[in-house]
Amino acid sequence: MTEMRMRDAIREAMREEMLRDERVFLMGEDIGAYGGSYACTRGLLDEFGPERVRDTPISESGIVGAGVGAALAGFIPMVEIMTINFSLVALDQIVNNASKLHYMSGGQVNVPLVLRMASGGGSQLGATHSHSLEGMFAHFPGLTVVCPAFPGDAKGLLKRSFREPNPVVFIEHTALYGARGEVPDDPDHLVEFGQAATVRSGKDVTLVGYSGSVHQCYRAADMLAEEHGLTADVIDLRTIRPLDMSSVIRSVRRTNRAVVVEDDWKFGGFAGEIAAQIMERAFDWLDAPVARVAGKDVPMPYNRNLEYAALPSEEDVVEAVLSML
Amino acid sequence: MSVGQAIPTMVGEPPDDELQQRFLYEMLLIRRFEEKCAEMYTRGKIRGFLHLYTGEEACAVGAINALRDDDKIVTHYRDHGHALARGVEPNRIMAELFARVGGTNEGRGGSMHIFDVSRNFLGGYAIVAGHMPIATGLGLAANLSDEDWAALCIFGDGGVGEGEFHEALNLAAIWKLPVVWFCENNGYGMGVPFDDSLANDVYKIAASYQMPSVRIDGMDVLEVYSATQLALAHVREGNGPYFIEALTYRYRGHSMADPELYRTKAEVEEYRQRDAIQRLKRSMIADGLIDEPTYQALVAQVDAEVDEAVAFADASPEPGLHTLYDHITKEYEGESG
Ligand SMILES: Cc1ncc(C[n+]2csc(CCOP(=O)(O)OP(=O)(O)O)c2C)c(N)n1
Ligand SMILES: [Mg+2]
Repeated sequence: MTEMRMRDAIREAMREEMLRDERVFLMGEDIGAYGGSYACTRGLLDEFGPERVRDTPISESGIVGAGVGAALAGFIPMVEIMTINFSLVALDQIVNNASKLHYMSGGQVNVPLVLRMASGGGSQLGATHSHSLEGMFAHFPGLTVVCPAFPGDAKGLLKRSFREPNPVVFIEHTALYGARGEVPDDPDHLVEFGQAATVRSGKDVTLVGYSGSVHQCYRAADMLAEEHGLTADVIDLRTIRPLDMSSVIRSVRRTNRAVVVEDDWKFGGFAGEIAAQIMERAFDWLDAPVARVAGKDVPMPYNRNLEYAALPSEEDVVEAVLSML
Repeated sequence: MSVGQAIPTMVGEPPDDELQQRFLYEMLLIRRFEEKCAEMYTRGKIRGFLHLYTGEEACAVGAINALRDDDKIVTHYRDHGHALARGVEPNRIMAELFARVGGTNEGRGGSMHIFDVSRNFLGGYAIVAGHMPIATGLGLAANLSDEDWAALCIFGDGGVGEGEFHEALNLAAIWKLPVVWFCENNGYGMGVPFDDSLANDVYKIAASYQMPSVRIDGMDVLEVYSATQLALAHVREGNGPYFIEALTYRYRGHSMADPELYRTKAEVEEYRQRDAIQRLKRSMIADGLIDEPTYQALVAQVDAEVDEAVAFADASPEPGLHTLYDHITKEYEGESG
């Protein structure tokens, strides 16, 4: 184990996979000379050269589509989309092409493509630059959606993504790039998709999160223990498609209460999916309706106080738990 | 290369007698196949959107015959002709249109999404210009693997107004990728004439991306073949992409649902007078390569093949409901690719 930051774990995963498999190459806006907007690819251009670490023009649809084409022809491209906000102009390639070609071709072709993108608000970037669209991608059959919360998982999941014969949307929360954690050194360490992690155990309530919201759950669990004498299970979903509901259900049947936390808007959001599945599979075990703590129903404001109010916080999680007792 | 620079198109190997026979056969096969499709659509055997290719046969046959087996093709939704010209069995295409097992895509794709990987036919795509960045990626793969196969990307004039057209051409140009862009300009995007939708001629727009760009007669199969050969030689030598705008015309409506309010019967008739099949037939008769009886025999052969395709499709079973979830993702077997 080595302690490293999230961005370094992500870089290490790409590096190891490039060394392991010649078919892997990277492309994206400013991933080469600039080192990546969030420094995830720093140094890789020097190590692998401009053919395998390819700077591209600002053409999200073009480069994602080019990734699909190269994948169809036997390569394993990683396309970095600077932030998830810009994936919106590449949705045609992701949704109409990458996610569907295996199915539509009757299984003839497959698209081993890794799309990395930074997500989340909280940096006063205003409404166009603060989206959390994990749930939107999870909506589409054919895509795998990975949302790590810790550096060790990020490395194992990203390496696993490069082995996947289907398109993977790998989403990194901007607030977590500097977060430190223990990362396995073993280059063969993979984290399997569809396996949630229980990062903290308790008996009074189940807190469910992914990506950044896992940390809010974690801090809320601390506050519940210190200030209210309550203990919580904290479940980190790690991938939201495939989704490990079994772990959530097992926990809820024990704690009898659940709060689902995400940055994305509550209305039509992914937390609603989890709440519905809990209702379908653990209704008789529930002592209170499942609560959702999520983004407020507004475009993200620029003002710091307003933005803070628009995003879910650990205080909101604690309040939700207390109100269901 | 700049706009206005004269680019010869009638160079490269002139098609020999045998090849001309093949062109005639393939164009006829496409014509009769498409006419049969129209009939099958009205009989309810083919459902969904059906876009027929009659009138444009010379484009598919000329361009695709210039390819090598290892070259890769992506095309738009008006794709039966391209698949047939690539040698995909009429039986399997018809079975796909009938949504049956034994269809090219096992009934998952339909008319607009024909795939045959064994022939490097990597799909019909139904989002206008959505396949153009994919062609760029194929070209990138050819370059990265140091192989000299090329990608052929076929699309309509309507695609030129899409952002993906411009992104794809620009990327292919700056990275010097072996992609031949082949625009079938049939005069309309659905009911909108192309000169109402574009600020410049198609081939001039493409030329601004610093690639050779030619406008050719897409109703002359020999010219299409020669121009595509030249384009392929150019891209294989590492000179970057090449653009062909082939002027052509579709005889039928945009799809079977089109009431054709935007054009006159006289206009359609005018283009029918320039029919590519009749043109090749006349020149082959003049050159003594065929005569009327051999031509009629060819028509009969093609009709028999098309009837056989319908029989095959009709006899094929529908996919079982238990296969609904097949092929959503490829199974992970612990390795990539
Ligand atoms: C992105 C997108 N917008 C609109 C459509 C609907 N549509 C299907 S075909 C078509 C016209 C395309 O014309 P063109 O590219 O010239 O091809 P043609 O049909 O003439 O062969 C339109 C508007 C579509 N399929 N995709
Ligand atoms: Mg058109």
